[in-house]
Amino acid sequence: MMEAVQIRHRHLLDLEDWSASEIESLWRTTDAMMEVMQRKVKKVPSLQGFTVATLFFENSTRTRLSFERAAKVQSAEVLNFAAGGSSLSKGESLKDTLRTIDAMQADLYIVRHVAAGTPYQLSRWTDASIVNAGDGRRAHPTQALLDGYTFRRCFEGFDGFRGKRLTIVGDVMHSRVARSNISLWTKLGAEVVLCGPRTLLPAELEQYSGVRRCFRLEEAIEGAHAVMALRMQRERMQGGLFPSLAEYQARYQVTTKMMERAHPHAIVMHPGPMNRDVEIEGVLADSERSVIEEQVAHGVPVRMAVLYSLLVGRGR
Amino acid sequence: MGLRWKKRLMDEGEINRAVNRMAHEIIERSASLKDVVLVGVHTRGIPLAEHLSKLIHHYEGLEVPVGKLDITLYRDDLTEIGVQPIVRRTEVPVDIHGRELVLCDDVIYTGRTVRAALDALMDLGRPSLIRLAVLVDRGHRELPIQADYVGRAIQTSRSEVIKVHFHSTDGEEGVDLLESES
Repeated sequence: MMEAVQIRHRHLLDLEDWSASEIESLWRTTDAMMEVMQRKVKKVPSLQGFTVATLFFENSTRTRLSFERAAKVQSAEVLNFAAGGSSLSKGESLKDTLRTIDAMQADLYIVRHVAAGTPYQLSRWTDASIVNAGDGRRAHPTQALLDGYTFRRCFEGFDGFRGKRLTIVGDVMHSRVARSNISLWTKLGAEVVLCGPRTLLPAELEQYSGVRRCFRLEEAIEGAHAVMALRMQRERMQGGLFPSLAEYQARYQVTTKMMERAHPHAIVMHPGPMNRDVEIEGVLADSERSVIEEQVAHGVPVRMAVLYSLLVGRGR
Repeated sequence: MGLRWKKRLMDEGEINRAVNRMAHEIIERSASLKDVVLVGVHTRGIPLAEHLSKLIHHYEGLEVPVGKLDITLYRDDLTEIGVQPIVRRTEVPVDIHGRELVLCDDVIYTGRTVRAALDALMDLGRPSLIRLAVLVDRGHRELPIQADYVGRAIQTSRSEVIKVHFHSTDGEEGVDLLESES
């Protein structure tokens, strides 16, 4: 068994600079946090005295709630900054907004922004830690960490990522979830197959070793250990990236029938929110193969482990 | 900062005799042995708890459950320290409500670990009472906390370090005295 290592990162911007053993250590901490979440009283004092602020320049209630819960279970103070009602809409620059919030003396910011790279930029302007909660199409590291954690826990007979295959189906081009999962799974030694209409599968992702594209769902799912369906946004149809929802469903919907080609223990994932019977067949989402509910449940303990790992040990 | 080995304070036979006596004391003092739960503090409180459970079973024919407690999330120095303690899983296999707990640890020193452990236990339920068993009491308490069952009390200076070895965690059994060299 791998020794647990110290996580020495100040930020979680993406997973590129996190090593496999750091990720495994984070998941061990997550195991301990899972136990806390199974108690009657879900409260530990580990982050007492720390202040965490959520800066959501792009709306996402469920991700923000998941982070907020992760902070509060550990007794941190939580400040919520919703960009909609803030002075950003009055023309204030990002830097000035950050300066103002910095005066509240938060130790860590959880940032979501439509523009890729915003969390990086903010990390240069503040001494606080930054957690990327999604930036543009770039990265959503905590989602990938909880997806990988879910596979580690839910795949029957799990014995590591090496030799495993994840198939991601859908709009990979616009998906930060897909990019972060590619980074995570390939780092851990798994193979990633991307599947969808050619217009939605950027060729440059094949630069990662262990990643290949496949335009036929039957082939992409063959032997897969995990299949992840991505949300198909109707707006993309107007952009001319695929002809019709009906055609997309016919060719790329992940169905119970299709899953027969996968590994016998294969699990089905979806990062949510899902369009039932569009990218994933409704009955499959409710079936035994589906770990969608587990993904949501694992969000809080994974984020607890992230906050613990970035805050504790940095000294004051 | 290195550590220099000074001497062996207890060998395997001495540990066995001390733990044997502690097991008898636990049997004697508990109002209802079937309500007792032994809870070991990670890492070396766990082999002590397991050893005590085995002996109680040997003498009384009763299975006393053993739990594992990680106190990291309850430490009082998490905002200050410069290293990150590894969090391990707490596993207490029974509902501790109304039970007689015996908290087990290898060494009691400042008492801060026990303080954290008491908070951690209270978050798991409301035991009828909690007693404390340690293999070594080395003094220098910073909190008003005392052990109920003590394997051996040893006078130490603050620059000294007590290192307990158990078969399951260290491959051999013994208690060593070391001196820190700064």
